[in-house]
Amino acid sequence: MKKAKHEKTNIHSVGAVETKTFTFAEQLYLASGEKLGPVTLAYETYGSLNKEKSNAILILHALSGDAHAAGVHAGDNDTGWWEELIGPGKAFDTHRYFIICSNVVGGCKGSTGPSSLNPATGKPYALDFPFITVADMVEAQRHLIDHLGIDKLLCVAGGSMGGMQVLQWVSSYPERVKSAIPIATTLKHSPQQIAFNEVIRQSIMADPAWREGSYYEFGQPEKGLSVARMIGHITFMSEHSMEEKFSRRLKSDRFSFGFDADFEVEGYLRYRGANFVKRFDANSYLYITKAIDYFDLSGGKFLPHGKTVDTRFLIISFKSDWLYPPHQSQEIVRALKRKHVDATYCELTSTYGHDAFLIEVEEQTTLIKHFLDKTFNGYLVMGNDGI
Amino acid sequence: MMEFNTQLDHQIIYSIVKSDSRVLDLGCGEGELLYPLVRDKHIRAQGIELNDQSIQECVKKGLSVFHDDIESGLREFPDNAFDYVIMNQSMQEVKKVDCVIQEALRIGTQVIVGFPNFAHRTSRFSLFFRGKSPVTKSLPYLWYDTPNVRFLSITDFRDFCVEKNIRIVEEHYLGEKTVVRFFPNLFALNAIFVLTKKDEAALKSGGKGYRLVL
Repeated sequence: MKKAKHEKTNIHSVGAVETKTFTFAEQLYLASGEKLGPVTLAYETYGSLNKEKSNAILILHALSGDAHAAGVHAGDNDTGWWEELIGPGKAFDTHRYFIICSNVVGGCKGSTGPSSLNPATGKPYALDFPFITVADMVEAQRHLIDHLGIDKLLCVAGGSMGGMQVLQWVSSYPERVKSAIPIATTLKHSPQQIAFNEVIRQSIMADPAWREGSYYEFGQPEKGLSVARMIGHITFMSEHSMEEKFSRRLKSDRFSFGFDADFEVEGYLRYRGANFVKRFDANSYLYITKAIDYFDLSGGKFLPHGKTVDTRFLIISFKSDWLYPPHQSQEIVRALKRKHVDATYCELTSTYGHDAFLIEVEEQTTLIKHFLDKTFNGYLVMGNDGI
Repeated sequence: MMEFNTQLDHQIIYSIVKSDSRVLDLGCGEGELLYPLVRDKHIRAQGIELNDQSIQECVKKGLSVFHDDIESGLREFPDNAFDYVIMNQSMQEVKKVDCVIQEALRIGTQVIVGFPNFAHRTSRFSLFFRGKSPVTKSLPYLWYDTPNVRFLSITDFRDFCVEKNIRIVEEHYLGEKTVVRFFPNLFALNAIFVLTKKDEAALKSGGKGYRLVL
C-alpha cells in the first residue's frame, strides 16, 4: 500500500480504530463459474450511521490497500492509507458521514484470500483459491453492506483499483448508489496495464521460492515479490516526480563500480520492495493483478440498465498519471454523456503521477467535500449559504 | 428577492432560459451564469470548462462541470439532450465555429450565443482613423495577448446564420449598461442571439410565435 506523504500533522483524525470482520456463510458465485465460501471480509468504519441510514459512504482501496483507511490501530503509529481525506472536517467528513472501508476478497489483510485456510483441507488455499474479478469483490462487499443494514449508499469512492470497484458498484447496483467518485481509474485495463501486471506476475512466479504457490510453510518468495513491487512503484511515479525526489543523487559520494544500489532511486525501490514482502502475500498479488486485468466495462457493460441511472458522478484524474492516464477517465466521462448522467470531471494538475490520488489533498478535498455536500443536501443549503 | 448578476448579458440570458429546463453552458467559467438559474429556476445544469480552478469554484456552488474544451466536448451528447446550449463570450475563442454551432444545434433545442461586436463604432474609429487594432470594452485585449481567434460583427453573424440555414429566434444588442435599439452593428458592444435548427423552429413557431427583439 502506498502511504500518503503529506507532512501536515493531523489534529483532526478519527483516532483509535480497529479492523472488524464479517463472515457470510452462503457461497459467493464467482464470475469464473466457481464458488467460494464461507467468505470473510475485513472492514473498518468511522463516524456513525444516521437514523435514516442515508449517510453511508463506502471507500474502496487500491491493489495492495486494506480496510485501514483512517485513524490508528492500538499500539501502532501507522495512520490509514487515506488519512488525509477521511476524518472530522475532511473531504469524507466523519462528523457528517458514516464511512465504511472494506478489504477485497482475494486480499491478505483479514479477508478470505489465497493465504486463508481452505476449510476443505485445513491448509492455505494457495493456488486452489478460485480466480476472482472486480465484480466478485463488489458482490462480496454487497453482502457486507446488506449486513450493515444499508439499503442505499450515499457514495462509493476510491482510486485506481478502488475506482474500478466504484464503476462496478454502479453497474451492478445503480439503485443502491446515490453518488460515485472514481479517481485515477479506467473502464478497462489497457494492453500496457496488462503488460506491467504480467511482468509483475512473472517476476513472482520466476522465484523458485514461489513453489507453484505453495510456499506458506517456507515463507514468501521474497526476491520475486520485491521485484514485482519495484515495478509497481516505477509506474506509480512520474518522470518529473522521480527527478524531484531522486534526480541522479548517489547514496554515497562515489560510484561503487559494483551492483550495489549506487543511486538513491535504486535504494528507494529496494526499500519499497523489501518492505512490501513483510506485509503482502505474493499469491494475493497474483490473484488481484489478474482480477484488474480482467476488468472491462467498455462497450455498453458500464451502466447497462438503460437511461434510468440517477447516480451522480465525480470523476478525477491527474495530468501526470501515465499508469491510469486522464484519457481513460475521459472515456468514463464520454460514456456518462451518452447516457445523460449528472457528472463532474476534473483533471487535476499534479506532478506526482498515479500516486497523486493519495498525495494531492487540497484540490481533491474541495471537489469531494462540495460534491458530497450537494449529494447529501441538494441545492437548498447552498442557497442559504449566500453564495 | 433573487440577486441578479450585474452583467447585462447574464441578465438577458437569465430571462431567456425557462424554468426546469436542461441547460449546457459551454465555457461556463465559475458558474456565474448557471448558478442563479439553478437556484431560482431549478434548471438541470451542466457546464463545460477548461480551467481547473474555475471547475473547483463551480463544484463549490454545487454545479456539475466537465473539464473539457468546447470543440471536442460535445460529440458524445445525444441529440436534443438539452433545452438550451449556451455559448456566451466563448464562441470567438473557438476555431471551428461552424462545427461547434452545428453540434450545439444538434444537442440543444435552442442555442444562445453571446459575442462581442467587432463592428462597434469605437473599433471602426480605431481601425479607420488610428490604423490600430481595436481595443474596446467588449474586446479588451491587445492583438498579441487576445484569446480570441474569430472577429465578427453582428451583420457577419446574421449572414452566417442565413448561409448555414440556421433560424434566428431572438436577437439582443447590448451597450455598456443598457440594451441598444438602433443601428446595433454600429452601436452594440455585444450581441446575444437565440438560434434553432430550421425544422425545429418551423415546428414550434406555429403555436408560440417567438418575440423578435430589435
